[in-house]
Amino acid sequence: MKLELRGITKRFPGVVANDAVDLVIEEGEIHGLLGENGAGKSTLMNILYGLYTADEGEVLIDGEPVTFAGPGDAIDAGIGMVHQHFMLVPVFTVAENITLGVEHTKGLGLLDRRSAEAEVHRLSEEFGLPVDPHAVVEDLPVGVQQRVEILKALHREARLLILDEPTAVLTPQETEDLFRAMRSLKESGRSIVFISHKLKEHKAIVDRISVLRRGRIVGTADPATTSEQELANLMVGRPVGLTVDKADRETGEAVLAVRGITVLDARGKPAVDGVDLDVHRGEIVAIAGVEGNGQTELVRAITGLDPVAGGTIELLGRDVTAFGRKELLRAGVGHIPEDRNREGIVGDFTVAENLVLPMWDAAPFAERGRRRFGAIAEVAEREVDDFDIRTPSIHTTAGSLSGGNAQKVVVAREFARPLDLLVAAQPTRGVDVGSIEYIHRRIVDKRNEGAAVVIVSSELDEVLALADRVAVMFHGRLVGPFPMPVSREAVGLLMAGATPDEAMGATR
Amino acid sequence: MTTPEGPDERQVPPPSPDAASADEPEVRGAEERDREHAAPVHAAAGPMERFVAAVTGTSVVVTILAFVSAMVVGALFIALSEEAVRESMGYFLARPGDALSAAWSVSAEAYGALFRGAVGGAYQLSETGTAAIPLILTGLAVAIPLRAGMFNIGGEGQVIAGGVVAGFVGFAVTGLPFLVHLPLAILAGILGGAAYGFLPGILKARTGAHEVITTIMLNNIAIYVTDYLLSTDRFRLEGRSDPISKTVEASAVLPRIFAGLRLHWGLLLVVVVAVAIWWLLERSTFGFELTAVGKNPDAARAAGMSTGRMIVLGLTLAGALAGLAGGAQILGLQQRITGGFSGGLGFDGITVALLGRGSVGGTVAAGVLFGALKAGGRSMQGATGTSLDLVVVLQALIILFVAAPALVRAIFRIRAQGPATGELAKGWGA
Repeated sequence: MKLELRGITKRFPGVVANDAVDLVIEEGEIHGLLGENGAGKSTLMNILYGLYTADEGEVLIDGEPVTFAGPGDAIDAGIGMVHQHFMLVPVFTVAENITLGVEHTKGLGLLDRRSAEAEVHRLSEEFGLPVDPHAVVEDLPVGVQQRVEILKALHREARLLILDEPTAVLTPQETEDLFRAMRSLKESGRSIVFISHKLKEHKAIVDRISVLRRGRIVGTADPATTSEQELANLMVGRPVGLTVDKADRETGEAVLAVRGITVLDARGKPAVDGVDLDVHRGEIVAIAGVEGNGQTELVRAITGLDPVAGGTIELLGRDVTAFGRKELLRAGVGHIPEDRNREGIVGDFTVAENLVLPMWDAAPFAERGRRRFGAIAEVAEREVDDFDIRTPSIHTTAGSLSGGNAQKVVVAREFARPLDLLVAAQPTRGVDVGSIEYIHRRIVDKRNEGAAVVIVSSELDEVLALADRVAVMFHGRLVGPFPMPVSREAVGLLMAGATPDEAMGATR
Repeated sequence: MTTPEGPDERQVPPPSPDAASADEPEVRGAEERDREHAAPVHAAAGPMERFVAAVTGTSVVVTILAFVSAMVVGALFIALSEEAVRESMGYFLARPGDALSAAWSVSAEAYGALFRGAVGGAYQLSETGTAAIPLILTGLAVAIPLRAGMFNIGGEGQVIAGGVVAGFVGFAVTGLPFLVHLPLAILAGILGGAAYGFLPGILKARTGAHEVITTIMLNNIAIYVTDYLLSTDRFRLEGRSDPISKTVEASAVLPRIFAGLRLHWGLLLVVVVAVAIWWLLERSTFGFELTAVGKNPDAARAAGMSTGRMIVLGLTLAGALAGLAGGAQILGLQQRITGGFSGGLGFDGITVALLGRGSVGGTVAAGVLFGALKAGGRSMQGATGTSLDLVVVLQALIILFVAAPALVRAIFRIRAQGPATGELAKGWGA
């Protein structure tokens, strides 16, 4: 179907989230929507999906104006949305989830499982989205859960699909699978709105890109003729550096020495299985890997969040295996946690309070149990300036900042104190291009100051841009680290479980 | 989400006049909120967390209006319980004025008596203060764990534990001078309550046992163990068969402030305690750690804070305050331990803390208000025959309205504003 938005304006108190947005999505088109955090992408999609009502403007489907009082109306009109956070019932099967709300029944409201499963099977074949209708959703990998979401929309006969940052949670392989499915959907005449921060993906899959900045459409581009650099500049509104400048640096003594550590998961199985790792002053060791191969657990063990079941961890020659989190942080370890909202910030606390969170009871922020508000404010003001945290004041709650700025709070907090070891997990996840540039520069600065840095990332680009040495986690074991340069292909093969010989050989 | 209420009203930084400037604060549009909306931390928040957030996030205006609403509904109850009003209702359609004026005069009279009974003179003020002393303490005993995201239902048990231990030290230890015996007995009460708060704390920290379950059960244990103790010769007053203990030695009695009035020096203790707790929660590193653990335990842990320690200390401190309340009741008022002497003080504390929105100042104010209702209610019953139970109904109505802020807002047609209500909508709308 052809969808048209005309002059859509949506205001929230104090801010215009969408400002006279015009957007046309043709039938059978994959339309990319690009914009920084807070540019108004999700607001626009929520209006389209009936979650918000626009203050001004109209929505036309195939030339007819429509109004949606809620998502139900939008679904009836043939619009389907796959949210970033899936809306699935974990304990239900794939078929049950897909047919939920429009169940197949026979006489007296009995569920007709067989016909539901047959229907799911048919849809899955038709669009090249392989799923097992009997599988229970909570047992499935994220990529497959996403397929279930897409099938759910297709089962409700969606002719336009909104995919809100669908690749943020996927591995490169899963992303490829998703793109293949998107192409087959497109061939069937369905339209897709594709939202992503990643410029490469837009170049790879979309037919047309609209760029949103501060609530306005600032340009529509043809991905074939527009470079990533041009897109990035358009999106941020100023020239952005997409590559990391990193001078060679002599490495120093070993800061972190991990010897054969094993970490057990909740079921008592080893998630990290006998990992050795040395990281020296002045180097960045990047750990790549498909998520769920033990990187999270490795980081949690190294940073004192979880205990190890075996092996030792040494920091500057001192055995810190039994150290608690607080002792480790105070011993010069910095940690940028993977899940910023959960572990990085306390959303209800102010920016200032979050900036001193791990040092809450230490001088100069406290003295004999008394918090020193003057010192806290002073340091907070300085860090807000130094790290370019865009907040109305240091007394604003951190939870009201945009994702990129919230991440800057975490980065500022860890970087402002002297560190021997920095462990950063997914440091730029969900962060827009401008902030990525900034955070990368800060990480390299820290390395240049002589800290040992460990980066864990599922973004290959990030791994390759930052690493002095690169390692790959696969099934709880660490392969490497290998000194750079290592090719993208080699890392990809290692992530898929190839041996170093195979990986390096295949690409040489 | 389509209504003007809810997360839409979250405050966002105003856009700078120079919209093209790259240095302007990034404006946080709806999309960021939505992302957080669905973030795991909120998805994982249970009904308890959401309830706590809803109560502590309510605005002062809504709280006051909740009180007004409760008074209005309470007036209806008073009116309908009056024979004259019910009779005039019989011919309401013929002469509605009769019923309305009867209802008005009855409820106005009752509330007038209530008011006079609370603040109408020195005696009345003394009674209000006397009633407020334990209520403020048990209110704080709920407000402190609330900071750490815990709901202390065990105030009652902790009051009893404190009262029994304080009373025991009061009558069993003899021959000490006043300046030693009284502080000793008070300290014993504090420690008794603290121990009784420590139990659910350590159970939760070590085993994850939910404090709501354990504190409720510990209440029952305290009640029945006290009944047993009062049946033993060690405790029972000679020559009495009913559950009443020996009399506290004169050297352990909290003295009265004014001759002839029941108000005792426990009042001073309450003032000191309230100031100390305010400082602890608002100004100390302990309070910051406790609050961080309550707001986001994962982030607190990641910052090197000890969630287990805060759970144990939070509940122990709560127990200490409730124990002090129990001790003050025994040493200052009754001078004997009786079966059921706590009379629901611990449960009233929940109401007080909720009305006080979990803050120290609010809890003190709510404690005084409920003390006034208690004192005024007794004199209202005497003066107008309106049942004392009305006060309980009023308390329940206040909490009902406080806990349902959306209802109050609908009644008074106020729009939700500010971050606090964003939290609220997250809680109830998600």
